[in-house]
Amino acid sequence: MDGTRSVRRTKEEKKLLRRQIKASHTLLKHEGISTASHPTKHLVVSNGGLGNGVSRESLMEVLKEGGPVESLLTPPAKPYAFVTYSSTEAGQNACTLLNGRALQCHDQTVMLYFSFVEKVDGDRSVSCALPPGLSVLEDFVSPEEELQLLQAVDWMPHTDDVTVQKALKHRRVKHYGYEFRYDNNNVDKDKPLTGGLPAECDALLQRCLADGHISVLPDQLTVNQYQSGQGIPPHVDTHSAFEDPILSLSLGAKTVMDFKHPDGRSVAVVLPERSLLVMKGESRYLWTHGITPRKFDVVPVSEVEGSGVMTSDLSNLTLNRRGTRTSLTFRKIRHVPCNCAYPSVCDSQRPPSPPTVPVAEGDACHLEEQYVHQVYEEISSHFSSTRHSPWPRVRDFLLSLPPGSILADVGCGNGKYLGINPEVISMGCDRSANLVQICVERGYEAFVSDALSVPLRSGSCDACISIAVIHHFSTQERRQAAVRELVRLLKVGGRALIYVWAMEQEYNKQKSKYLKERTTEASVERSGELETEENMFNQQEEHDGKTASDMKCTEEQNVTQPRIHIHTNRTAFLSQDLLVPWHLKCNADKTKGEQIGSTKGPLENTSQGPVFHRYYHVFQQGELEEMCCCVTAVKVLRSYHDQGNWCVELEKTHGDSS
Amino acid sequence: MKLLTHNMLTSHVKGVTKGYPLIIKATEVKVNELEFNSQFVSRMIPKLEWGALIQAAEWLGQSQDLPSTLIPDYEKDEEFLRKVHRILLEVEVIEGSLQCPESGREFPISKGVPNMLLNEGE
Repeated sequence: MDGTRSVRRTKEEKKLLRRQIKASHTLLKHEGISTASHPTKHLVVSNGGLGNGVSRESLMEVLKEGGPVESLLTPPAKPYAFVTYSSTEAGQNACTLLNGRALQCHDQTVMLYFSFVEKVDGDRSVSCALPPGLSVLEDFVSPEEELQLLQAVDWMPHTDDVTVQKALKHRRVKHYGYEFRYDNNNVDKDKPLTGGLPAECDALLQRCLADGHISVLPDQLTVNQYQSGQGIPPHVDTHSAFEDPILSLSLGAKTVMDFKHPDGRSVAVVLPERSLLVMKGESRYLWTHGITPRKFDVVPVSEVEGSGVMTSDLSNLTLNRRGTRTSLTFRKIRHVPCNCAYPSVCDSQRPPSPPTVPVAEGDACHLEEQYVHQVYEEISSHFSSTRHSPWPRVRDFLLSLPPGSILADVGCGNGKYLGINPEVISMGCDRSANLVQICVERGYEAFVSDALSVPLRSGSCDACISIAVIHHFSTQERRQAAVRELVRLLKVGGRALIYVWAMEQEYNKQKSKYLKERTTEASVERSGELETEENMFNQQEEHDGKTASDMKCTEEQNVTQPRIHIHTNRTAFLSQDLLVPWHLKCNADKTKGEQIGSTKGPLENTSQGPVFHRYYHVFQQGELEEMCCCVTAVKVLRSYHDQGNWCVELEKTHGDSS
Repeated sequence: MKLLTHNMLTSHVKGVTKGYPLIIKATEVKVNELEFNSQFVSRMIPKLEWGALIQAAEWLGQSQDLPSTLIPDYEKDEEFLRKVHRILLEVEVIEGSLQCPESGREFPISKGVPNMLLNEGE
């Protein structure tokens, strides 16, 4: 190198140096790539990336001028690339020669700036598998069939109701069989279009049937046409509208479709021209799919005609200019509510709109009927299977009762407290006939009744317990009436123990069991093991939370009484009045059968049934005591916090005046 | 439903003042032999409405000549306690109904479970 040149730079050289320094600062700041101050054989090429429209091929052409290239890494969506030359000397030569080079690619010019780096991190590649249930079948139709199908789609506007055609903001669409309505994301199932599906589709649909990709023929077809640069926002096809699976045929040009899992995982899948995409199970119900509007896609080099997951081998990526792509999406209209294993994203399994916190007695009764009584009847057997261990401090209370005491368990559920102390006479009652039946089959005495009107003689009981019951009453008056009813049953000197769910799930810096179990469940799911009976909550419920906040938005416009939030299981409570999801497990035999049946790869976990929502009013610290103090003829013996519950023990002090 | 439970139950129909005892109309009665514990039965007797127990046993044809008023010193009378044990704990109504003596409202008993739910406004 000429000594004078390094000291006395031309104006151009100074400008170039400034820009190169700026580029290396940008790399450090935004990408964490630190450049080396001394020459090496590795260089980072700023602006020479797939992310700003430079294809691998055109970059390679320039790089070769600098010397023999050992490797070239082109990370997707990044404005830079990494090149490795055979030696430090070659790297230095290339840098001198190519720095500041203008590269013409497509309709733009980019300036390439080179900086040395110590090493190129090969681990920058991320490997990922296809979403479960997804497959891409290459060359599913021949070029002749492709042409025929494209011709079959007549984009001329019609006024009849044979088909329905629309120009959307970012693409044009045409519907056959049934119109897909973008206003409610559903179809009018009783208004089929008279034209049916085009006859040209018959052959390929029959092939799908014969190959076992579908078990019934689709009756709805949506044709989407995307010009280069157009796309479709990420979405899940409405569960209640369509069956599983969904087929989509790509014609005219290839594209890259992005699949996203609610947990943030994302997989880009190349859909070659003439390929058939089959979305089944998890990929159909849970993952969103969409096409990013852009003119170029990053695709693997060696599989120019190939499909599959976009990997990740950075030495193997380039750009593909999108052409006009026509997709044919075949779906089967669903006529019964969806019962998939992904309730959090399932419109069939979501309450249409959460109720408001009731004020009037009639509204409260109605709410409790729908969100407490009916739910317990439906979930009774699964609920009972998860309720076997008595809470230790309730047990202690029962064992403290003198022999021969008469005990009423008001809201006894499956009767897990009825047999704790054999020296006392225990009677249970519950609103759920199914749960009471379970008690009686276990040999306990129990009857069906409401906790506000227990058909037992006043003053007949030495003790009453009300464990996890009163939080199901939806007004303050009703909650207090439930306490009054317990006190009515007691004889003077008799004691009652009341447990309700606490708003404070973390008390004295201790997380309740309810919150703690969340972590175990998450790890169980991550390891892909089968869920145990206690682990009925899954991560999809994050979505219930989102739903709740979405619904909250609509509420604020028109209703004065707040809507009841849908709680996200195993998280802290955000409000006192909640709907808590219960994921019903199907019975074991059925599950087993379905699993044996589903040998075709990773289908959805069929062991999960529909989701139910139970109403709860969670109590704040002091609320229960305060409520009990307003009840006459009773004193609070003690109150405490036990595993996420507020608890009081009451004693009846004198006889009923009523 | 055992007669012990029946002894505690009362009609809770709105406005009713004399809802006790509930009239038993049984179509299926079962007798389950249980181990006799004289102490347990003795302890229970003072908690009972004696007249209602005898009445209930008569409805089911199970009174075994038990007196309509409680005898003194029953703790020492094993024969007596055994009879009480039988009607209190061994006799069970499986099918039938319970009727409120004042309003006439009937509550069904099915598979041993009395359903005491009232309708709105009852």
